Amino acid sequence: MEYYLSLLVRSIFIDNIALSMFLGMCTFIALSKKIDAAIGLGVAVIVVQTVTVPVNNLLFTYFLADGALDWAGLPEVNLSFLVFLCFIGVIAAIVQILEMVLDKYVPALYNALGVFLPLITVNCAILGGSLLMQERGYDFAESLVFGFGSGMSWALAIAVLAGIREKLKYSDIPEGLQGLGIVFITVGLVSLGFMSFGGIDL
Amino acid sequence: MDNVKNTLLEPVVSNNPIALQILGICSALAVTSSLKVSFVMCVALTVVCAFSNLFVSLIRHSIPGSIRIIVQMIIIASLVIVVDQVLKAVAYEISKQLSVFVGLIITNCIVMGRAEAFAMKNPPLPSFLDGIGNGLGYSVILLIVAFVRELFGSGTLWGYEIFAATTNGGWYVPNGMMLMPPSAFFLIGLLIWALRSWKKTQVEKPDFKITENSQASEVA
Repeated sequence: MEYYLSLLVRSIFIDNIALSMFLGMCTFIALSKKIDAAIGLGVAVIVVQTVTVPVNNLLFTYFLADGALDWAGLPEVNLSFLVFLCFIGVIAAIVQILEMVLDKYVPALYNALGVFLPLITVNCAILGGSLLMQERGYDFAESLVFGFGSGMSWALAIAVLAGIREKLKYSDIPEGLQGLGIVFITVGLVSLGFMSFGGIDL
Repeated sequence: MDNVKNTLLEPVVSNNPIALQILGICSALAVTSSLKVSFVMCVALTVVCAFSNLFVSLIRHSIPGSIRIIVQMIIIASLVIVVDQVLKAVAYEISKQLSVFVGLIITNCIVMGRAEAFAMKNPPLPSFLDGIGNGLGYSVILLIVAFVRELFGSGTLWGYEIFAATTNGGWYVPNGMMLMPPSAFFLIGLLIWALRSWKKTQVEKPDFKITENSQASEVA
């Protein structure tokens, strides 16, 4: 139990996928102008990440890994080169299914998240999460914790940045630094702040 | 001929995918702590971008509108698989350092963005050149950032020693901060500042501005 807790804390704070792994940066910068939108997107990422990482983990362990097709009588087949294609397919499919399910059964949530869901398919944080899970060799339980934790970390980072940017728009910034430039510097400072979690070990 | 030059060079300075369009920054930040690794990443991205544009453009009349994103993604993903396998075979060490970022070329907005915005509407050859041009625009920023980070972070360039580091009995104290994630954000921020001071048209309009020459009595 303690191990999973430590994995969770590490994936949320120390190995923050937005601020120390730079995943999902495009959306992170482009959609952090308003705090409501940022939180909506953050929640959508948490949900999608928590579902896709474990599903991709099962797919990898039982179909794609070296020798994984043993149960089908094909012990020598190694399909691990197909991970990119399969993972992105799974992500696109899950996002689509999630959209339909939410639309049918939880319309309130669909109205809040609906516009963000299609964006998430091409968010590198989602694909990156699955690829990191494969590279680090997590098992199913670990990937569940990692999926949730990394989604949380991204949501936390974008909410923090949106909060800062809402205040930042009133400040007098040098001309060339206006807009994108100052956002990068701000993200740098936030990332510097998150580095202080680095020493924490549970 | 002039047209070719424009398609190739425009994305490098005046319409840079990273600095102006905020596309594909993820990998730009993550792989730039060493020049060699970033160079490999640049080549990989340029190849994928150019060929995905070419193939998308070749079949653009037969792609149904409603599933075009999926078709583009499959083309891109297949190209990335090829690049990844080649890297693993030819430069295994570097491909280990690039870790997940080669795979993330699939979701790199530059590649998707160009396929969608340019290749779907233009014939194959200009699309191919546009892919190369955007790859170059990306590479320029990436290499500048990597140059600064490696030079000041470890005193080396391309793995060769430029500043003799104190750890080897030299005079230069490596700036460890440069190898950390935040420095990449700062450098790109400053780079955008420099680019926009040079090309004034790229400056963004602020939402709120301090009123010129206003007196306390007027404001109140």
